[in-house]
Amino acid sequence: MDVSAINPVLLLASLMVAATAVLIAAVGELIVEKAGVLNLGVEGMMITGAICGFAAAVTTGSPTIGFIAAAAGGAGLSLLFALLTQFALANQVASGLALTLFGLGLSSLIGQGYVGIKPPPTPELDIPLLSDIPVLGPVLFSHDLVVYFGLALVAVVWAFLKFTRGGLILRAVGENHAAAHALGYKVVRIRVLAILFGGACAGLGGAYVSLVRVPQWTEGMTGGAGWIALALVVFASWKPWRVLLGAYLFGGVTVLQLNLQAAGIAVPAEYLSMSPYLITILVLVIMSADRSAAPASLGRSFHASQ
Amino acid sequence: MLMKKRTFLAGAATALGLTAMATGAALAQDDMTKVGFIYVGPINDGGWSQHHHESALKMIEEIGADKVEMVYQENVPEGPDSERAMTQMALNGADIIFSTSFGYMDPTLNVASKFPDVKFEHATGYKTAPNMAAYSARFYEGRAVQGTIAGSMTKSNTIGYIASVPIPEVVRGINSAYIHAKKVNPDVEFKVIWLYTWMDPAKEADAARTLIEQGADVILQHTDSTAPLAAAQAAGDVIGFGQAGDMAEYAPSPRVSSIIDNWEPYYTSRVKAVMDGTWESHSVWEGINTGMVGIGEITEVVPEDVKAAALEMKDAIAAGEYHPFTGPLNKQDGTPWLAEGEVADDGTLAGMNFYVEGLDGEIPQ
Repeated sequence: MDVSAINPVLLLASLMVAATAVLIAAVGELIVEKAGVLNLGVEGMMITGAICGFAAAVTTGSPTIGFIAAAAGGAGLSLLFALLTQFALANQVASGLALTLFGLGLSSLIGQGYVGIKPPPTPELDIPLLSDIPVLGPVLFSHDLVVYFGLALVAVVWAFLKFTRGGLILRAVGENHAAAHALGYKVVRIRVLAILFGGACAGLGGAYVSLVRVPQWTEGMTGGAGWIALALVVFASWKPWRVLLGAYLFGGVTVLQLNLQAAGIAVPAEYLSMSPYLITILVLVIMSADRSAAPASLGRSFHASQ
Repeated sequence: MLMKKRTFLAGAATALGLTAMATGAALAQDDMTKVGFIYVGPINDGGWSQHHHESALKMIEEIGADKVEMVYQENVPEGPDSERAMTQMALNGADIIFSTSFGYMDPTLNVASKFPDVKFEHATGYKTAPNMAAYSARFYEGRAVQGTIAGSMTKSNTIGYIASVPIPEVVRGINSAYIHAKKVNPDVEFKVIWLYTWMDPAKEADAARTLIEQGADVILQHTDSTAPLAAAQAAGDVIGFGQAGDMAEYAPSPRVSSIIDNWEPYYTSRVKAVMDGTWESHSVWEGINTGMVGIGEITEVVPEDVKAAALEMKDAIAAGEYHPFTGPLNKQDGTPWLAEGEVADDGTLAGMNFYVEGLDGEIPQ
C-alpha cells in the first residue's frame, strides 16, 4: 500500500470534473421539483443532450455550439414531457419513465454515425496568475468553463429561490398550485418554463460527459448519472447548496475510491466500489434530519377547472 | 433496468427487420439455419460485442445469407435476464445460440436443459452440457505480448491496469501481462483498479485518469470502450492498447498495439456443423495459433528492438514453443506454483484466482 502516491491536489481537481455532470443535472431537476413537477426523465434528457452536444460539436468543430445544442436538445425532449403532463395531464411518474426510455432510444438512433469519432477538445481556462497559485491554482482555477458554470448555476438558483419575486412565485406554485392560481399566477406556464430549464440543464450535464469527461460517444454512456441526480435532489432536501455538497461528495468519493484502489489500500475493492453511493446517501440523510419537506404539490397535476 | 427494455425492443425490431429481409430475399424460412447471438454491450461498442457481431456477420457472408438467418440481442445484462432472452430465441426457432459473455454461463446451462434440441455455445466459460459447448480464446497469450511492450516502454516503471470483473479470464490477463513486463523490466510495478463493469466510459475514463495521476505512463485495459485511450491521449506521453478490437483510430499513439478477437472461423465451423448434423459439445480454448487471438499492428512509436522482441514472442507462442505461464513462478504469497520449466495446465488457468508473486493488492472474491 502506498497512499503517498495519491496527490491530494490532483484528487481535488478531478473531483470537480467528476461531479459537474451530476451537479448541473441535479440543479435543473431541483427547479423542476420546486415548481411541483416530478420529472423522472433526467437520464433520458441527459443522454439526449450528450449526443446532441456531441453531434453538434463534431459537425461544427466548436464545443461551445455543442453545449448550446445539448441544452436545446435536453429542453426539446423535456417539452414533450411538458406537453404530456401539463396539457394532457398525464401521470408524471409514468411520463418521466417513458421519457427516459425514449431518450435512450433516440440517442442511440442519432448516435449511429458518431461512434468512434473524437470531438473537438474543450479548452481549459487556466486563468492567468490565479492558476499559478500553488495548490489552489490547479484545484480551483484551471478547469474548463462548464465547471465554473455549474458552480455559478448553484449560486444563481439559490439566490433566485431565496431572494427574488420569481423564486417566490415558483415555490408558491410548487407548494400549493390552487392558491397560486387563485392569486392569478399562470401555474401551467411557470411549470412549463421550469421543465424546460430542467431539460436544458440535464442536456448540458450529459454533454459534459460526452464532450469533456470521456470524451467520445457510446450508447448509454451517461450510465445512470441521471438517476443519481434525481436521488441527490431528494436527499439534499431540495436545497441548492446541499445538492452541491452531495454532488461533490459523490464525485469526490468516486475519485477517491479509484485512487485508493490504485494505491493498493487493504480495503476490498467491492466495498470501495459501493462507497460513493453509501457515503453520499448517509451524509445527506443525516443532514436532512431537520425534516425539510418536499414541495407540497410535487407530482400532482393541475388544471384550472379543478 | 430501463435500458434492457429499450434495447430489447430495438433488438427485436432489428431482428424482425433481418428476418423480413432474409425471407424476402431467399427461400422458405424453414430451410434456413437460425443462429442467435446474445451480446453484453451494444454492437457498436468498439470492442468486445462489436467484434462478436462483426465475426457473426462475416460468418453469414462465408456460409451464405440464403442458408443462415441471424437474430441477435444487444445490451443483455448478465444474469436472469439473459435467460429470458435466450428462451425467447429458442422458442422462436433458433437452431444454435451463442451467448457471448462469462456471466451468461449458468443461464445458458439452464436454458440448454430446457431445449435439448437447440445447440448452445457459451463464450469464455467452463461449464458444458450435451447440447452446450464452451469456447474461449487464450487472451493471456496476447497479454504476454502486451506486457513485453508495456514493460519496455514505461519510463516511470508504473503500469496502470483497468480490470473489469474479478473472474479467472481477467486475473489471467493481469498475471500474464505482469510476468512479461517484469521479465523485460525488473523494476516494474502494477496498479490495478477494479471497475465491476465491462463497459462504462465515464468510469473507465476516471480510472485511467487516476492511474495516470498516480504515475502510470502505460495503461492496460480489460474494459471494452475507448475511453481509457482518450484519457491517455489527453494526458500526453501515455500509451495504451486496443482491447477486443483494434481501436486503430487512436493509433499510432496512444494506441501502440492491440489484442483483436476474431471469432469468425469458429462461428463458421460451428454453424456449418449444425447444418451437417455433426455438431458435438466440447470445450475449446484457442489462441494466437488459430488466429482467434490477433495482435494488432505495433506502431512506429514502439522502438524497433521492442517491436522485434514482441513479435518474436508472438511467433513463439503461435508455434507452441513458448507458454506464457512457464515456471519458475510463485504465487503472490510466495508459495511455489510452477517449477523451473514447468508449464501451467489448462485446468489451473481456467480457474485462476490468484496473483503471481510481485503483484500488490488482493483480487476481490
